[in-house]
Amino acid sequence: MSDCENSLHELYAYLDGELTDESRAKIQHHLDKCQPCAEPYDFEAELREVVRRKCQEQVPDSLMAKVRSALEQEQSRAEA
Amino acid sequence: MADQATFADQAMGLMPSLYAAALRMTRNPADAEDLVQETYLRAYRGFGGFEQGTNLKAWLYRILTNTYINSYRAKKRRPDETELDEVEDLYLYRRIGGLEAAMAGRSAEDELLDRFTDAEVKEAIESLPDNFRMAVLLADVEGFSYKEIAEILDIPIGTVMSRLHRGRKALQKQLYEFAVGRNLAPPAPDTMSESHV
Repeated sequence: MSDCENSLHELYAYLDGELTDESRAKIQHHLDKCQPCAEPYDFEAELREVVRRKCQEQVPDSLMAKVRSALEQEQSRAEA
Repeated sequence: MADQATFADQAMGLMPSLYAAALRMTRNPADAEDLVQETYLRAYRGFGGFEQGTNLKAWLYRILTNTYINSYRAKKRRPDETELDEVEDLYLYRRIGGLEAAMAGRSAEDELLDRFTDAEVKEAIESLPDNFRMAVLLADVEGFSYKEIAEILDIPIGTVMSRLHRGRKALQKQLYEFAVGRNLAPPAPDTMSESHV
């Protein structure tokens, strides 16, 4: 497998933080000097950041209150 | 052995991410609220069995996904064995990555990705079949490791990796369809540029 093929093959393992330090360093070294391979890495990393950021949610106050009161009830039931 | 009295202190702060995951799983706010509440109750009752110092967030997610799988999924729909179409690797990059060159600035693609609305990204995730959706959510939104996802979903690491691989490609295909629908990306050529590998 060429360095380029290897870097594409390991793209997700790299972004997922699942590579050994050694494999990670090897890919980093390749990306530093191979722009065509670095581009999809940057793209996928940015896409993941966009997905993560756009999936955040605000918890409704009513839900927070409901859960608190359910836990309190549970606690007093246990103490009774 | 964990003390139940400390449960709320430790667990309430994790609700935003659990609620977001519950919304993506159930696809509706009323069910998501019920799912979160039930998860917290079950977690509270079982907190004595939680080993302090281990990963509370992963433990809560395991309860959340089990509750979802056992109650909601079974109730609402038949077990989801849907398979995904074959989608090529780097599906979105090959279609819109090249727009970067067309739009002078170096970060053009970042801006393009940023033009997806929150609703589109959420819908794209929600369009994935259950098994794939959960793997993608846990990895890409919550940042769990393969090992943690394997434990949360009670599946082998190899299965985590294959669900992630295919789920991510399907997510990209859906996002591309949104981009084309809004004229953010051209529909035509199958690939913007040939890969060099």
